[in-house]
Order: sequence, then C-alpha cells, then structure tokens
Amino acid sequence: MLDFPTWKKAWLWLITGLACLAALPSLLSFTSVRWPEALPDPMVNLGLDLAGGSHILLEADSKQVAAQRLENMEENVRGLMRNAEPRIRIGDVSTRGGRLSFILDDPTEIDRAREIMLPSINGTGLVREWNLSVEDGNRIILTQTQEGVDTAVSDAMESAIEVVRKRIDELGTREPTIIRQGDTRIVVQVPGLQDPDALKALLGETAQLEFKLVDQNALPSDVQQGLAPPGSEIVPYAETSDFAGSSIAVRRLGGIRGDNLTGAQQSFEPQTNQPVVNIQFDSDGGRRFAKLTTENVGKPFAIILDGKVLSAPNINEPIRGGTAQISGGFSVETANRLAISLRSGALPVDLAVIEERTVGPDLGADSIKKGLIAMSIGSLLVVLLMIFTYGRFGIYATAALVINVLMILGIMAGLGTTLTLPGIAGFVLTIGAAVDANVLINERIREERKRGRRVVAAVENGYKEASRAIYDANVTNFIAGVLLFLFGSGPVRGFAVVLVIGLFTSVFTGVTMTRMWVAGWLRKARPNDLNL
Amino acid sequence: MKLLKLVPDDTNIKFLRWRVPFFAVSILLIAASWALVLTKGLNYGVDFSGGLEVRATFTQSAEAPVADLREKVATLGYGDPVVQRFGEDNQVSIRVRLPDEVSADKDAAQAAANQIVDKLKTDYPDFRLDGNDNVSGKVSGEFRTQAVYALLAAMLAVAIYIWVRFEWQFGVGGLFALFHDVSLTLGMFALFQLEFSLQIIAAILAIIGYSLNDTIVVYDRIRENLKKFRKMPLPELLDLSVNETLARTVMTSLTLLIALIPLLLFGPASLFGMVAGITLGIFVGTYSSIYMAAPLLVWMGVTSDSFIPTESATDKQERLARGEV
Repeated sequence: MLDFPTWKKAWLWLITGLACLAALPSLLSFTSVRWPEALPDPMVNLGLDLAGGSHILLEADSKQVAAQRLENMEENVRGLMRNAEPRIRIGDVSTRGGRLSFILDDPTEIDRAREIMLPSINGTGLVREWNLSVEDGNRIILTQTQEGVDTAVSDAMESAIEVVRKRIDELGTREPTIIRQGDTRIVVQVPGLQDPDALKALLGETAQLEFKLVDQNALPSDVQQGLAPPGSEIVPYAETSDFAGSSIAVRRLGGIRGDNLTGAQQSFEPQTNQPVVNIQFDSDGGRRFAKLTTENVGKPFAIILDGKVLSAPNINEPIRGGTAQISGGFSVETANRLAISLRSGALPVDLAVIEERTVGPDLGADSIKKGLIAMSIGSLLVVLLMIFTYGRFGIYATAALVINVLMILGIMAGLGTTLTLPGIAGFVLTIGAAVDANVLINERIREERKRGRRVVAAVENGYKEASRAIYDANVTNFIAGVLLFLFGSGPVRGFAVVLVIGLFTSVFTGVTMTRMWVAGWLRKARPNDLNL
Repeated sequence: MKLLKLVPDDTNIKFLRWRVPFFAVSILLIAASWALVLTKGLNYGVDFSGGLEVRATFTQSAEAPVADLREKVATLGYGDPVVQRFGEDNQVSIRVRLPDEVSADKDAAQAAANQIVDKLKTDYPDFRLDGNDNVSGKVSGEFRTQAVYALLAAMLAVAIYIWVRFEWQFGVGGLFALFHDVSLTLGMFALFQLEFSLQIIAAILAIIGYSLNDTIVVYDRIRENLKKFRKMPLPELLDLSVNETLARTVMTSLTLLIALIPLLLFGPASLFGMVAGITLGIFVGTYSSIYMAAPLLVWMGVTSDSFIPTESATDKQERLARGEV
C-alpha cells in the first residue's frame, strides 16, 4: 500500500512534469509575459467570452434544398425527354406538393421513359434518391426519398461551409473557427471581431448572380399587381437600387447564371464615380454572355442577385471579352462585399443567423483579471485552512492542489480545449473540491488513530477506506459533468471540460501523489505519532 | 503546531431525533419552491426566452441611466425591456423579449438588434457596447428542452448508479435529496427573480454532482456501519454515521465556500448568477444529505441484511475478533 518502487515514482513525476510543462505557455500568457516565438506554443484557447469576438450560428433551410432539387429535376426530365431518340413528348408538368408529375402523350413509352430516367433516380451514391410511380397508365410521378434529400442537404452544407470559409478569409480576420453542427447548422466563431454586422451581411448573401432579359411586353400596371405575362416572372428591385420598392418582369428562359465567374473586384465607374463591381467570366461563361448581348443589343437586361434586381441597364453593344460591370446604387462597402461574395462562389442554400453572441475585448480581459484575483484569494484561503487543519498532511494536500491546477491547464492546452468564463468558475470549484479527497483521507486517518491503530496502519487504512467514498463521489460528479458537456453549449461546455478534467487530475494528485509523499516521509522519519 | 479542529472529536449530535419536523419543513420548502416557480415564474434570460440582450458600459458616467434607458428602449415598440445593473454601477444589461413573430423572422430580429444599439449609440455619446446576445425563438426552445433533459438525465443516471453501488433505498434517498436541492435552487431563483440562463443549468448540474458527493460519503459510512454493528437500531446507526463523517462534511463544504465566495465578491459580473447558484447549492446540498437522504433510509427500512452477501470473509473475521457477534 505505502510501497512505492522507484520506477513508479519516476513515472508519476514524469506524468506530472509533462502536464505542468504543458501549462507553462498559457500561464505566462495570462501574466502577459511573451512566449518566445521559436518555441512551440500550445496555449489554452480562450473562449470568445474571454477573448472577445463573435459567435454566430447559421442554419440552412432544408426545405429550400428540397425545392431546389425538385426544380432541377424538372429541368432534367424535360431535357432527357427532349433529347431522347426518338423524342418522348410530355405534358402537364407540375411540381406541386413537393412532387414532380407529368403525362406521357404516348402511354406505351412508359418503359422507355423509365429507362432513360433511371440514372437520375438512382443518383450517384448508394442511396436511392427518388421514388417513381405510375398513375392511370400514363402519368409518371417522382417523389424525393428522405435519403435523397438528406444527401442533398449534406452536400449543400459541405459546399456552404467552404463558401463561408472563403468569405470570412477575405475579411482578413484572424483564426476563425467554422464548424458544422448537426445536420443543417454551421457555427462561425471569429475572435476579436467586434462588429459582426459586416460578417452577417456577408454570410446572408447567397450571391446567386443571374442575367435575364427584361420582358418589354409586360404592362406596367400588371407588373405592379404582380401579374407576369406567360414565360416571364416578376422580380423586385433590391433595396440599394434607385427603384427600390418597385418590381420588373423578366424572361424566365434565355438568361445566364453567374456560375462561371473567375473574378470580381470593386472599382469605380469613371464617368459618375459610382462604386461598381467588375466581373470576369471563364471562357464558357464569356461565350454565352457574348451571345446573349449580341442577340439583344438595344434591349434592357436585368442583373439579379439573390432574386433581387440590382439594375436593369440597356445593352448598348455586344459585350465580348468575358468581362462585365455591375452597377446598382452601391456604396464602396456594399460593392466590396458583393465582390467578395461573388469571388467565393454562390452559397448553395440560404443561411439564416439564428443565434449571435458578441463580446467586446475589454470585457473579456476584465473577466480574466477578476477571475484570476478571485481564484488567487480562494486558493490562498483554502491552502491556509488545509495547513492549519492538517499540518504536514495539509502541506501535501496544498502541493497536490497546485500541481492539480497546473495539470488541468496543461491537459487543456494539450487537448486544445477552450477556457471560457464559466470555465473559470469550474477552476474555482475544482480548487474547493480537489482537496475533498485529502479531507476524506485525513479525517479517516484521524479516526483510525483514535481507534488506536499505529501510525503506518492508520495511514494505510485511511487511504484504503476513504478511497471507496472518493471513487463513488467522483463517478457521480463525472456523470453530471459528462451530461453537462453533452447537453450544454458553448461556454457552458467549457465549464464541463474543466470539471471533468479536474476530476481525473484531482484524484491523481490528491490520492496518488500525496500517498507517495506520505509514504516517503513515513519511511524516512518513522514517526511514532502523527500531528493530525 | 497545534492543529485546528473545526469539529470536536467524538461529536454525538442526535440529528435523527428531529427527523420528522425537519423532513416536514423540507417538504414544505420544496412545495413552496415549486409554487413560486409556477406562480411567479423564472426570470428567463435570452438563452431560454429568445430575444436579445445588450450589455454596455457608460464610460463617462458614474452611474448608468437605468430609468432613462428603460424609457428610451420602450419607445422603440418591442415592449418593456428589462434593464439591470450588471457589475459596476455604470454597466447595464438590457434585455428585450422580441414578440414571437419578430423573433421567428431572422431579418426582423437582426433589424431590431441593430435599431436598439444604434439608438443607444446616438443618444449616449459614452455608450460602449460590451457585448450582445441575439437568440432566435427556435434556438431558445431547443435550449429549454435540452436543459430539462440534462437535469432529468443527470438525476436519473446518478440515482441508478447509487442503486447499483448500494441498495435501492439509497438510490431513492439520493434522488430525493437531489430533488430537494434542485427544487430549492429553482425556488430561490424564482423568489429573487435572478436571471435564469444556461449558466444556471450548469450550476445546477454542478450542485447535483457535489450535493451527491456529501450524500455518498454519508451513505458509504452507513453501509460500513451496517456491516459492523448488526444489532444497532437504525436511527442510532445513522446518527453515528453522520457524526463520524461530520468533520469531513463541514471541512469540504467550508473549502468549497471559501473558494467560491471570493468569486462571488470579486469575480466577473457575468458569473455572479452561476456562482450564487452553486454557493446556495452547497448549503442545501449539505443539509439534504443529513436531513433528507438519511431519514428516508429509516422509513424505507434499510437493514444490515442488505449487505450480508457483500460482506467479505476478512470483514467477518475482524468482527469476530472484536467480539461483535
């Protein structure tokens, strides 16, 4: 029990030493000593509530993904049937109720139509993406499978994260954290960012750019009532444009999408000195843009971003060479933002900000300072109480406590966990609770002595009898801590992390380390009595 | 050096003698707490109610213009805001509970937040925005469900653990003690209308852990004594066990308190609610392990027979050697 072979001691000190060493960079940084750049620097991450910065939770609309998918399928089916040899004629195409249905003019072609659609229905992955059924002998109905929608949402989220990352990188902020959370959410954390408005505006844009011809046949009175001529749709002007509040009718087909952009920069229109955005297409996009403008010289075309018209200039001459200019009542800031959004590509799905937390940097630094002061006073009082109550054994407990705090910090740095404001409370609570093991042991030794056991036997029994209660008590705390971690979010998780790590380290230092010291002392001093 | 003894040796306090009145008082307190929670309600922060919270410092003023702020924000038409002093005299937290239709619409919620901050920035030149939280109704709803699950799961898991390690009566006793602690903490938050946020859930889970700590130490000793003193009447045995562990109970509660109280007094303001919750929990947790967890064992009829199968041969020999059979 009190036997500690040298190899075991060496191991214990090695573990302790390593953990404490890992705590060093973080400790120095709290006291604002600069850590030499040349050395590796695994510091404890500070949560946004301590470092200052913004936390934004974005949520994608999975319904929108499903709707988009249905629309694509409709186009896909039309194309497939048109290109079939010989062509399959279809009619009454509808996407109502979240399903795609159409009628074959010739019911005998059902099997051929099914054959043609098979690859699209089965999708590329392992899951079946669509269900196909036939009604009345000639109506084909396609419904989305849940797996299909899930895969589409998942793919959309993957690319959304990439787009979000690119956009944030363009802002030039340091070390943003961008992680997927659950099926449809993205957490964005940007330390040091105080004004999250620019970020939110940037993330709120899907940046789906379209060029569509204006329907000049539409009657203004109809357009104002939201009535579009066949083959056209009504699109509102953006808030930034000169015509905000009104709408315009554009041709559904024949336009092009800004998917093939290779670049976008903010610049100024030389004549008016208005901020504009210059864009460059790749060769394919450039060719199509040239074709559109060549065929429609003199007619207006609408530049549409995320379903809102930025401007609708006349095409004065064919635009070749693959570059174009977008104007539309921009400020330098909004033009720059649009350029960033266009450069980083279109978000495949709308992202809504559903939670936002910002902390100013002054407050964070203040919190650390106050937390450290409270922690120092608390530790000092606990240490004094322990030493006055348990003498030599209190000193051992104190040493264990100090190592415990260092080890928690070191392990947190090593694991890359985050220290948050509630985490500081966790530290303080750990200081109070860590000595509990020693209190249990020391009280037990007192009792054993009172019952007349000899010194070594009393110490041995103290450690042995107390360990059962220590074990049970720590397991229950562990359960509470793990649940806290699982159900908690953000800063509260930081509390759980400190609590759980503290449970392990405090048993290690409070039981194992002190036993080693006590054993060493007993062997060397061979006391006849304990001052306990 | 003469060492400090907070609890004298060989205490023999008859805790269990007063178990009926104390238990009655505890039940009454639990009932009162729930009555308070249900009638007065908890003062939900934005985590649970949704809406937005703005924290600010008025850098040039000695005191924040609380009444003035309340009036100004109220004119914006989002209902009456909760304006509270937060930390220093010149720091405030302004909470606005957005109407459901605004909270559900992301753009409207954003606009509301911007509108409030902009208004304050223009109206008060020394307004410094320290931080703001904006939680949509959807997220806050999820937080509420998660919190309830977390608390129930923790209580259940811990009770099952005690049941497995001890006996079912101990599991019930432990669970009841926890229920007492959680209820009273909630009651206090309802009574004083302290802001109830995610941090408070963390505090309650910490209380669950540490209150049980006390209970388990007492239970462990009861189990030990049940094996040792087979003929002793239960109330007497419980008294003995509580007395034997009293020094430890007092010492540990004390170290926890002296670590926490500086945090309460000098710590950052945003931790106040959480630390206050834990501090309160330490008092009720210590009390409940003596006056809820132990008496229940008497009424549920724990006997030493419960532990006979687990008694090891060496224990038996020891007992025989001591002549206790």
